[in-house]
Amino acid sequence: MQQLNSKIPEGPLADKWSRYKASLRLVSPANKKKLEIIVVGTGLAGASAASALGELGYKVKAFCFQDSPRRAHSVAAQGGINAAKNYKNDNDSIYRLFFDTIKGGDYRAREANVYRAAEVSNLVIDHYTALGVPFARDYGGALDTRSFGGVQVSRTFYAKGQTGQQCLLGAYSSLTRQIAKGTVKMFSRRDMLDLVIVEGKARGIITRNLVSGELERHSAHAVVLATGGYGTVFYLSTLGLGSNASAAWNAHKKGALFANPSFIQIHPTSIPVLNDYQCKLTLMSESLRNDGRVWVSKEKGDKRHPTEIPEEERDYYLERKYPAFGNLVPRDVASRAAKERCDAGYGAGDSGLSVYLDFKDAIDAHGKKAIQDKYGNLFEMYEKITGINPYNQPMRIYPAGHYTMGGLWVDYNLMTTIPGLFAIGESNFSDHGANRLGANSLMQCSGDGYFILPNTIGDYLADEIRTGKIPTDQQPFKEAEKGVEEKIQKFMAIGGRKSASSFHKRLGKIMWDHCGMRRDAEGLQKGKELLNELEEEFWKDLRIPGNDREINQELEKALKVADFFEVGRLMCEDAIQREESCGAHFREEHQTETGEAKRDDKNFAYVAAWEYKGHREKPDMHKEPLRFEHVEIKERSYK
Amino acid sequence: MNVTLKIWRQKNAQAKGKFKTYPLQDVSPEMSVLEMLDYLNMQLIEKGDAPVAFEHDCREGICGTCGLYINGRPHGPMRNTTTCELHMRAFKDGEIIYIEPWRARAFPVLKDLIVDRSSFERIMHTAGFISINTGSAPEANSTPVSKIIADKAFDAAVCIGCGACVAACKNSSAMLYAAAKIAQYAMIPQGKVEAKERVDKMVRQMDAEGFGFCSNTYGCEFDCPKGISVDFIALMNREFFSSKVCKQKHK
Repeated sequence: MQQLNSKIPEGPLADKWSRYKASLRLVSPANKKKLEIIVVGTGLAGASAASALGELGYKVKAFCFQDSPRRAHSVAAQGGINAAKNYKNDNDSIYRLFFDTIKGGDYRAREANVYRAAEVSNLVIDHYTALGVPFARDYGGALDTRSFGGVQVSRTFYAKGQTGQQCLLGAYSSLTRQIAKGTVKMFSRRDMLDLVIVEGKARGIITRNLVSGELERHSAHAVVLATGGYGTVFYLSTLGLGSNASAAWNAHKKGALFANPSFIQIHPTSIPVLNDYQCKLTLMSESLRNDGRVWVSKEKGDKRHPTEIPEEERDYYLERKYPAFGNLVPRDVASRAAKERCDAGYGAGDSGLSVYLDFKDAIDAHGKKAIQDKYGNLFEMYEKITGINPYNQPMRIYPAGHYTMGGLWVDYNLMTTIPGLFAIGESNFSDHGANRLGANSLMQCSGDGYFILPNTIGDYLADEIRTGKIPTDQQPFKEAEKGVEEKIQKFMAIGGRKSASSFHKRLGKIMWDHCGMRRDAEGLQKGKELLNELEEEFWKDLRIPGNDREINQELEKALKVADFFEVGRLMCEDAIQREESCGAHFREEHQTETGEAKRDDKNFAYVAAWEYKGHREKPDMHKEPLRFEHVEIKERSYK
Repeated sequence: MNVTLKIWRQKNAQAKGKFKTYPLQDVSPEMSVLEMLDYLNMQLIEKGDAPVAFEHDCREGICGTCGLYINGRPHGPMRNTTTCELHMRAFKDGEIIYIEPWRARAFPVLKDLIVDRSSFERIMHTAGFISINTGSAPEANSTPVSKIIADKAFDAAVCIGCGACVAACKNSSAMLYAAAKIAQYAMIPQGKVEAKERVDKMVRQMDAEGFGFCSNTYGCEFDCPKGISVDFIALMNREFFSSKVCKQKHK
């Protein structure tokens, strides 16, 4: 393994990207037509990349497991998308967006990447507006913004509580246009089951056609993974049920380093668990914290109806503990504070595992209509799921696994440690450090896909113009396909008694209990052992009905669950080595006297990039030191 | 609560399907309908039977993947609710619940409750977009759009592409689906440039895919989980006719 080279360009922060871009090599239009690129995943990152690459003239093959690219889970993002437009004249700037992101990420992200993401954010808003995305507007006809999760300026563009859906449909429409033009060939209902490497370069993928069950080989000159995060490792999470780690994990097993796997964001405002068969936690946008006040009873185990608990007996604990930011503290802080109150016995509801989010004061101050305009669809959604009308009584919320800051290690070009394999959006690790700020996810995915990758991939492909078409009948493709086929047959042959989901549920519980919001060395070790035990049971007692040459949803699930055992172990491993608390990663052993996260910049200001050494073998850790030249590292205080 | 399920089972696209009966005990009213099916499937798998195949993903009513025809209505008895948001508290203890896939010629059944909606994709491929290349967009605030228009465009843009409108319609018409996209773009300045070509191409493709005509029963609006108004169909029809008139003028 060679030394990690992040390829961060020299020069002043604000000029790095423009200077670097000017130095990148180009591919002529005539040559672009000869170059093929595979894009896996069609969320905001994948759809934007596929369409931008198609527009440039490359031959693109795009893949998704859903029946339509429009259904990727970016669709569920609610709150908004950040940009440094400074439309509110509140002294926002690219620098300030950069600074907030670095600080929010608890100084564990790369300065240069973050600055670039902030820099292209304005172009993203221009592009979506031109694509017809119906962002909210004010009465003068200009775009409206709101303040969002943990920042003091108003830089979040939104489309009611459906910003992700509207941005994704915008990106989907640009993808659709390229499909119609023939520059992008769309392969829906496909699972990527392996990456093919030929002579050290990523050259293709093996997919399973989810309708016929057949395995397929696809080749290209470069492969782009836009496959999202691995938050479903917790089973109960805010993600779509099909979201999974397998594509990224297969790339990891083939040599791509996996960075900061334990950095996983727990979102503070999801609807709590209501029944035993629940497999999904629905998010309530954190924009609700702009107007909602979070509280629990001052009395332990208070079973009174929330409307019967008088004002003076309520503990608005976020406002009490963090007076400067109050209910708008970043997600990790809000999540841990909720868990702390519930663990101490003050939680609401029968389970005691929830806190109240109350809109009464906002409705009294601004009127029901104003609240309805802002959050109408979220309130409806809440009522549908719980049967409770939040206009009349407070919502109940609890933290849930949400977003993975960790992911495949990439350099400044967004290329992984495998030449020709790129990772964009949530599937990479680079921009959010140890904690992601609200509305930065849509910003990063779109920036990566529309404005960054299309430039950097050209520099790589400039060396490929003489390569010619990559044949799929060569040995590495045959071997990869054979490996996948054997794996599938191994699953089918187990013939046990239990469903894949039942294992996933137990796996998720292990991860939530041992590698969740609060972690300690002993618990993490225990977590690893429990994963090993459960994995053994999985390989003995799994049952997949039917056969593999048809629609077989149980087989699809089992393939994903098998990878989660390994992902889970790596998360624990990463959390064990990081003897500090930062962002979403909170180690019991490392906290201040007041119970806040205690960072150790002297010893842990690095990216932990893991190298796969085989099933159950101890992985190797490589360190990429993080240098902060443009911000001063400070304790992250929201008090 | 206990319920009796009558579920459409069909091995694959070629096979002939039929209803099968499954009594199900100890269902929690807090379960969503899809969680109830998960619960059934877990029992089927443990018994060694084939689980019921159905599609779903986000389970929060936004991705448009799920869509079951429940007791004779797309997405079941609650208005403005997708199947994944429908909870068992909407049903009575002891109730018989019929669950079928979408029924439409343009949505062939692939297995059990899964249908092929690629006809929807092909309608979008003809012109369901604004033709702007990455990098050529003007500054976002350079074109003001009145809030009233922007909000109206948003109301059309909320379509999740689930296909309930087709399943609800006795003619299996996709008018509401196409109209939502056509109207969203026709109303805003960014989309107006190509409005005439767009409506022409999308309507033609809709016909080519075998979707039926609109006979104004408003079933689509009633069963649309996002409450999209049939007014957009009227807008689409206006756009369509005016595109014809203008075309002739050009000649």
